[in-house]
Amino acid sequence: MFMLKYILRNAFRHKLRALLTVTGVAIAILAFGLLRTLVGLWYLGVESSSSTRLVARNAISLVFSLPISYKERIRQIPGVTKAGAMNWFGGIYISEKNFFPNFAIEPQAFLDLYPEFLLSPEEQKGFLLDRQGAVVGQKLANTHGWKLGDRVILKGTIFPGQWEFVIRGIYRGAQRSTDETQFFFNWDYLNESLRRTIPRRADQAGIYIVGVANPEKAAEVAQAIDASFKNSLAETMTETEKAFQLSFVAMTEAIMIAIKIVSYVVIVIIMVVAANTMAMTARERISEYATLKTLGFQWHHIAAAVFGESLFIAILGGIAGIFGTFPAALFIEKELSQFFPTFQVTTTTTVLQLSAAILVGATASIFPTWRAATIRIAVGLRRIG
Amino acid sequence: MAANSDIVTIRNVTKSYRRGSQIVPVLEDISFSIQSGEFLALMGPSGSGKSTLLNLIAGIDKVDSGSIIIGGCEITTLSETELARWRAVNVGFVFQFYNLIPVLTAYENVELPLLLTRLSRRERREHVEAALEIVNLADRMDHRPSQLSGGQQQRVAIARAIVTDPAILVADEPTGDLDRVSAGEILSLMDHLVQDFDKTIIMVTHDPRAAEKAHIIRHLEKGLLTDR
Ligand SMILES: Nc1ncnc2c1ncn2[C@@H]1O[C@H](COP(=O)(O)OP(=O)(O)OP(=O)(O)O)[C@@H](O)[C@H]1O
Ligand SMILES: [Mg+2]
Repeated sequence: MFMLKYILRNAFRHKLRALLTVTGVAIAILAFGLLRTLVGLWYLGVESSSSTRLVARNAISLVFSLPISYKERIRQIPGVTKAGAMNWFGGIYISEKNFFPNFAIEPQAFLDLYPEFLLSPEEQKGFLLDRQGAVVGQKLANTHGWKLGDRVILKGTIFPGQWEFVIRGIYRGAQRSTDETQFFFNWDYLNESLRRTIPRRADQAGIYIVGVANPEKAAEVAQAIDASFKNSLAETMTETEKAFQLSFVAMTEAIMIAIKIVSYVVIVIIMVVAANTMAMTARERISEYATLKTLGFQWHHIAAAVFGESLFIAILGGIAGIFGTFPAALFIEKELSQFFPTFQVTTTTTVLQLSAAILVGATASIFPTWRAATIRIAVGLRRIG
Repeated sequence: MAANSDIVTIRNVTKSYRRGSQIVPVLEDISFSIQSGEFLALMGPSGSGKSTLLNLIAGIDKVDSGSIIIGGCEITTLSETELARWRAVNVGFVFQFYNLIPVLTAYENVELPLLLTRLSRRERREHVEAALEIVNLADRMDHRPSQLSGGQQQRVAIARAIVTDPAILVADEPTGDLDRVSAGEILSLMDHLVQDFDKTIIMVTHDPRAAEKAHIIRHLEKGLLTDR
């Protein structure tokens, strides 16, 4: 009990120094937490892509489309359960700052292939039956105050014109990580309008979403699809949804790795700063520690005092940082919702933060603890002044 | 009590320090003994090795050769840990700059050595209060060292030194940092401890007035003990 009292009082002996150190650790842990959350979310997005879905696209580039006639041929390939056309629509709602991903997709394929988007049977039916029907994520609906039956107009960019939709479904994600900011509408609506206005762009699928019966055979099925369109006018390039997402975000992955490294660098920096402070503190108290030893306290008592103080300061900062992370994450989620569908701090992140704080406290005290514990009394006592 | 028995016996003690590649001899073949209940003053010029000798007797430094027997115990052969335990029981320390722990109150400072014993909280309280009573500071036990004068701090330090009731007190220039009046109080207190509590005190001092209080004065010069 004495040790605890001694550690606590020592920790706040230099109020300003303690405050600065705690603040430093808190900010580092906060930054670490936010960066980890960002990285974690990004990977979660990639991870959460289904392993039973393949994406077939034009082998030349995503910019080129595939004939709609491919759909039936893909469906014939053994191992394929479903296939549906999907186009990136790129529509704008009122103004560009309202950005959200919007796609034209075949309703039946959408309902069959995306079980992670939860819709009631009525909503499913409504989407299937309404050519102008659209299904939107809960978050997106909340942002713009959309309700079922509302009419929403998107301005086309890739496909010119004003496009009017009726909200037929508002989906919730099966998982926390499921993106609830997307907008899907009936592919037929797009295609039939194009037939009338720009016929040469009609009957084209941007990509095909392909369901496979057995995820373990996904690679083989993908190969079979590509093989069957070999030497045709538009060759395909089929890969798992995950690989597709990754190729999409190859550059951002490099950024994510950089962010990950930065998050560790932040911890290393605060470690060095804390170590310096602890060394300074222990040096000032050498004669005090020598006195305690003189009175009969052993090296491990002294070591516990120094180590405990360092750990206490670091954990205090860590806890402050962790408590700061939640409001900060909430703020980010609110202010930057168009970039981050969710900005949820996971338990793993919190545990990582606390571990990082403990690590900072422990490493910062290694040298001072060793010095204080091994200082020879006669030498330590001479340091009095 | 047994006023004529030797409590400290020092035989052929040598001690040198290494400074770089040089070996600096500090104590050369020191032999003497101290009787129980004695008040001994150790004098000598600066750098003559007084503190070094005191540290050896108190078991906070190691001899190069020779033997130191205290209360029948050969302390030169004890390990670090054994020495620490031995010190806690047998020796009380008084330093020139008091060496109180600034974050602890007078009471807590005095209690420190008792934390290493098996005494209960209540027993510790009794001992601490008794010790503070002896140094006449019972009314200041909740003060921090910074709230006490130098003389008061030194009295707290003396209370801390006697709280475990050790047979021997060692004091390295205990009045060196005090004004004349406070120094006088400290010396009277030490005298009181020898007279009424049978303590044996070994005190390093430069102060002739302090030496006057002692029963015996030993001079240390260039590592050798001289009688006056
Ligand atoms: N740890 C050490 N390392 C090297 N030399 C030391 C060490 N401790 C003491 N010395 C040297 O040993 C000699 C005796 O030192 P000591 O402190 O015992 O002297 P002293 O008689 O107490 O002096 P003062 O009256 O100034 O306190 C001095 O020359 C000192 O420089
Ligand atoms: Mg000295």
